[in-house]
Amino acid sequence: MTTVMNNLLYGTFILYLVSAIVFVVVATESKNRSKVWRRLAIILSIAGVVIHVAFMITRIVIGGHFPTSNMFEFIAFLCFALVLAFIVIFAIYRTYVLGAFVMPLAVVLLAYAAVFPRNIQPLIPALQSHWLYIHVTTAALGQGAFAVSCVAGLIYLIYQVGKGEKPKHAKYLEMTLIILVMLVGFSIASLLFQTFGYQASFIHQVNENQVIEEYNLPPIVAPNESKAVKVDQFLSYQGPLFEAPSWMKGEKAASKFNSVIWGIVVGLVLYAIYRAIARKNLYQLLYPLVRKLDPELLDEISYRGVAIGYPLFTLGALIFAMIWANEAWGRPWGWDPKETWAFITWMFYSAYLHLRLSRGWVGMKSAWLAVGGFVIIMLNLIVINLVISGLHSYA
Amino acid sequence: MIENTKCECGHNNPLGTVLCEHCGRPLDEISDSKEKIDKEMRYEGKARRSLTYQTSIMDQVWNFFSSVKIAIVLIIITLIMSGIGTIFPQEQFIPSSSPDTYYEQTYGTLGKWFYQLGFSDMYSSWWFATLMSMIGISLVICSLDRVIPLYRALKNQKVAKSTVFIERQRISLKENMLEDVPAKIDDLADKLAAKRYHVRREGNTLLAEKGRFSRWGPYINHIGLIIFLVGILLRYLPGWNLDDYVWVQEGQTVRVPQTHYYVKNEGSSIEYYKSTEKSNKGPIVSKYRTKAVLYQKDSAGKLIPLTKKTILVNDPLNYQGLKLYQSDFRSGDLTGIKFSLIDRKTKKNLGVFSVNLSQISESQIYKVGDLRVKIKDYYPDFAIENNVPVTKSQDPNQPAFLFETIEKGKTKGENSLVISGMNFPNPKSNKYDIGLAGFDMVNTAGLMVRVEKSLPIYLIGGIISMIGLVMGFYWQHRRVWIRVQDRILYLGAHTNKNWFALRRELSQIGFSHLVKEIEK
Ligand code: HEM
Repeated sequence: MTTVMNNLLYGTFILYLVSAIVFVVVATESKNRSKVWRRLAIILSIAGVVIHVAFMITRIVIGGHFPTSNMFEFIAFLCFALVLAFIVIFAIYRTYVLGAFVMPLAVVLLAYAAVFPRNIQPLIPALQSHWLYIHVTTAALGQGAFAVSCVAGLIYLIYQVGKGEKPKHAKYLEMTLIILVMLVGFSIASLLFQTFGYQASFIHQVNENQVIEEYNLPPIVAPNESKAVKVDQFLSYQGPLFEAPSWMKGEKAASKFNSVIWGIVVGLVLYAIYRAIARKNLYQLLYPLVRKLDPELLDEISYRGVAIGYPLFTLGALIFAMIWANEAWGRPWGWDPKETWAFITWMFYSAYLHLRLSRGWVGMKSAWLAVGGFVIIMLNLIVINLVISGLHSYA
Repeated sequence: MIENTKCECGHNNPLGTVLCEHCGRPLDEISDSKEKIDKEMRYEGKARRSLTYQTSIMDQVWNFFSSVKIAIVLIIITLIMSGIGTIFPQEQFIPSSSPDTYYEQTYGTLGKWFYQLGFSDMYSSWWFATLMSMIGISLVICSLDRVIPLYRALKNQKVAKSTVFIERQRISLKENMLEDVPAKIDDLADKLAAKRYHVRREGNTLLAEKGRFSRWGPYINHIGLIIFLVGILLRYLPGWNLDDYVWVQEGQTVRVPQTHYYVKNEGSSIEYYKSTEKSNKGPIVSKYRTKAVLYQKDSAGKLIPLTKKTILVNDPLNYQGLKLYQSDFRSGDLTGIKFSLIDRKTKKNLGVFSVNLSQISESQIYKVGDLRVKIKDYYPDFAIENNVPVTKSQDPNQPAFLFETIEKGKTKGENSLVISGMNFPNPKSNKYDIGLAGFDMVNTAGLMVRVEKSLPIYLIGGIISMIGLVMGFYWQHRRVWIRVQDRILYLGAHTNKNWFALRRELSQIGFSHLVKEIEK
């Protein structure tokens, strides 16, 4: 059963990957013979979603609970939500180029999920509630739609900047794309080190307990006031170079911080290699893919993503979250950092909607806001965990 | 300011109107351009109070709060402040009861500022409440400012609009007509009706409309939000909510703080996942469980049981809005100690007696066979300071007893000191030894005590909000105006969102070139 589950996960990954490649082929192709390819691209992504569902079902059968209760499961679900939202929006607008950007993002997200421990853990009592799954899945579906909105916004920016009409935005767009490269770089590095079984661990004091912190990447930064237990060598590098500051208190904060540094380093190296070979900006590389699109359509797709995601997010991340928090912790809302950031995300998209509706912020401004909204969601997922140990300790 | 509000068509409009209520023609030069009409379509060019009266203080306050710009500023301030509040933990989450020193010690100068600027307890601060209230007031006023004119306009829509109005729509076209005019309009009417449009006709004009109810979505959403905010404000009423905590040992009945109820713990237990019991990371808890009974005293002071429930995490006891949550669990609280009495010479165990730590008094006598044992002194947390036995606290961390063992028929007996965890040498002359024979341990449940009377209000507000959101986002208000004049067909279409879907619909009824059209 467990091998079936793992194979389904690999199957999902491969289908998303192949679908991403076919979408890119379709987007670059200029001739008309691509009708078959077009069909193939979308069929592959739908097949990916189906296998992804099968994976989740086997995981429910094995673990006895819905798979959104640790970081791996949550990010994998977010990836699922992203592809699902893409398919819905594709059904409305039929833009293949969108797939050429969304599907690679889905691949990266799934790879990023695989970096976290994949074993099924039993649920601690606080997580034993149906409201938890309802809350997390609905919120994630909303976030998936927001992610599609962000991608459409990015495509809009690449279109406008690539066309050379908005030179002032070029720098910021390139920076945004570099951040994406960092996410890719981090996922690749982690998976490589994981495959080769790299290990390092440190022992340190957390609230008067001795805690051993495991690293899956060579330590650049060690936990605050820690002693190395075992550090594998990597190309004769052993590290660490410095210690994490004492206010990084979250669970495994230092190893996560280490991962972030790795992401930045690998991302920058990849980008430098790319620049050395291609000698042009990333957005210039991507521009030919999007050249033939209608900017007004892109703007509407980006808005549509928010329009679909906003009610879902309100329901999942606020209303269902309150119902669950009221059952688990005896209060509907407690300004826990995770809750606060859900609130901030929601307020941000509210501001987006009002700006668009009443102040006429469409086009460039709206696209940047769509990107910004998703950055807040990613911050919530990556950074908040790092620094703060709240009640939502897993994700 | 608009002076003349009489339209060319002869209709007299109220002051502040931008598009003629009757035929839709723009009434002033400012709005007489293509972009402008698109913007004015939101409220159908109706006079809004905030744009009409702008002199008195009352008007200014009204205009301030009805402005969406102000609303956005308020929203952005709130979200930035909320973000700052998460840089360091809030006071409720810190492991210290003196925040004034904690933040500076733990986080340095930044922590000090965080505390002094009031971010450490910001979500219950007066200024955060003020921000929320301002958003609330803004919600009420902006909705009133817009919803009434919008209601009037949508209710009294004229089918025949001026060609100026039709041509100035974002989607519009003009076609020369060769075929029979009424037949063409009939045909379009049928096709639009088949697309679920509600079609009205007047001679050579036609208005097709669908999804009008979705225009109320944002307002219904705002009403839901207002109800929700009222729920939050009500929490400032005394007695509206209660937030307390109580520890109950197994077997104990204690008063539920701040209420006239009592709760008895009939047993607390902890369960582990079998598969994890031997793992090196330690077992993982699967259940915390407390069997609780809730009582109330009757007039005679007798406890009357009201309700009974096995409380689990995520499954609290709920009695008329009073909720008890399983929140903490402590195992192995010491409640009693068993002692055995041994004859020194024969080494024979004469019997066991049990001391209940919550009922220790000098008059208590424990009988063992023919012997009687009295407690002369009790040190829950024993220590020797300056050669005098003392107790460091009232918690039974290292209980010690001074017993007097009295033989039958005597009034005085021998003393023996028994210290748990220590072998204290009592006088050689003693006939009896008292030794530890076991502990009585119980589990203790930490129960959260909550009353939150706003819950139903939040729920109603949330449901109304969601209805509004779904109405507003998953449906759109689409209208198509068609007018034939001098053998020219004028078509104008408007939707409050999702223009591409509207274009696609129009292409499906025969205006295919509308799809590709891109306007700047
Ligand atoms: C946290 C507070 C708020 C939330 C969550 C919220 C939410 C929304 C949403 C979801 C929409 C629909 C947007 C769309 O269809 O694209 C909307 C529309 C609107 N909101 Fe708010 N809103 C809030 C506060 C306010 C405030 C304080 C004002 C007052 C000025 C305001 C004025 C408006 C207006 C005028 C509309 C357009 C209504 C129409 O289409 O006729 N909102 N709001």
